[in-house]
Amino acid sequence: MATSTDKPKTPPVHPVDAAVEGGLTVVDWIDERTQLSPGLRWMLFRKVPKGINWAYTLGSATLFVFLNQAVTGVFLAMYYRPDVNGGAYESIRNINDNVFLGQFVHGMHKWGASVMIVLIFLHMGRVFFFGAYKYPRELTWIIGVVLLILTMAMGFTGYLLPFDQRSYWASIVGININGTGPFIGPYLSDFLRGGPEFGATTLSRFYAIHMMLIPGIMAALIGFHLYLVTKLGISAPPWVRATQPAAITETVEV
Amino acid sequence: MPGAFEGETVTRRAFMNVTAQTAGGLAAAAFTLPALAFAIGPIFKRVPFEWQIIGTPADFTETQYASKVITIVDGIGEAGKGLAYVRKRDPAIDNIGTQDKFNHYIALSSRCMHLGCSVRYVQAAERFVCPCHGGVYDFRGQVAGGPPVRPLDRFYTLEHDGYVYIGPRYSVNSELQRFSPRDPAQPLDGIGQYMYPARFDTSVLPPTNNLPLPPTIPGT
Repeated sequence: MATSTDKPKTPPVHPVDAAVEGGLTVVDWIDERTQLSPGLRWMLFRKVPKGINWAYTLGSATLFVFLNQAVTGVFLAMYYRPDVNGGAYESIRNINDNVFLGQFVHGMHKWGASVMIVLIFLHMGRVFFFGAYKYPRELTWIIGVVLLILTMAMGFTGYLLPFDQRSYWASIVGININGTGPFIGPYLSDFLRGGPEFGATTLSRFYAIHMMLIPGIMAALIGFHLYLVTKLGISAPPWVRATQPAAITETVEV
Repeated sequence: MPGAFEGETVTRRAFMNVTAQTAGGLAAAAFTLPALAFAIGPIFKRVPFEWQIIGTPADFTETQYASKVITIVDGIGEAGKGLAYVRKRDPAIDNIGTQDKFNHYIALSSRCMHLGCSVRYVQAAERFVCPCHGGVYDFRGQVAGGPPVRPLDRFYTLEHDGYVYIGPRYSVNSELQRFSPRDPAQPLDGIGQYMYPARFDTSVLPPTNNLPLPPTIPGT
């Protein structure tokens, strides 16, 4: 007979199980208060048409390059100095030569910019040639075009930041091209430069547009773009023929 | 009216709705409008430009350009420097365009009028050549070939007390008539002068009665 001092035998809890249990508790605690999981399930576990292929991942690829640009950009900003009097160039040189992994992070940002443009055009081409821009997805296309233009503006403003000879003269030429627009051109180029001549404000202006103004707008528009993609669903590839559901052709005995 | 008490012309709900949205709009405008004005303010701002000494009359001839580094934007070091090609006025060839006391020395800007790269002067050919897209200008700075839309910009010059001073930039059309400074790629002939209006801050000539004195030579 067991005495009253005997403890009931429970199997020992494995530490991994305990960690999983703890994690689930935290997730449940948050979900109970935010009700986020239905939305996430709606976003991630949605039905997609038959016949989709790797070309359908180009949009996600673009999104991940955007995230790469955002993250590397934030950390580059920790070392970058938008000082037109030699400081900007020196800070980039410092990032490349001295900072641990600096050249790598800078390279990720620099090459990621080109990759993003390439992926956007591939994504755009996929949507165009598959006819995926048609009703009811026109607004998704329009927002995508705005995102393309904003990405180009990111490329234009970011090109100046290293402040070497190439970025300086490329920006001079780019600003002057903006100035060729009739009637508003002269004011547009003055706005970009922050005055009639290329000066200290030009660099800080480009820096602010590049790292705060456009990324914020882009993040918001990407969110809306993704919402529309989820809400409207993905279009089937053009070679997949729509078949009539069996229910419609079914004859019912009376 | 349904939802309103006797004699009321607007429901409380509608009144609250309008009030709250107006208040929100005013609050947003209170920080948006000043910020926007702050960002576009430089378009309207007049930037002062000081006369600068570039040498003595003996430094310049009618037949050869001397290249002079001048300060275009103060306080930003090398990035604010620009190059001016300066020579004495030659009455035989500099007889068109505006003629006055600010024209006794011809000071051409090195900024190409295609898209703003730096032209260099090639003495053997007596041409200004732009490395970017192949713009070519003749000895007077007028377009001799390539994409530029107007002659090279010029700077006001002034001879005073044995020194040559250089002043602000001005633009010229193909007849070398003076216009307020425009950006490159903006033509000034025919309809161009109306399609590309002058800046609001069209720089006025700085006063010539208070010219900077030459640097003193140590030991004198």
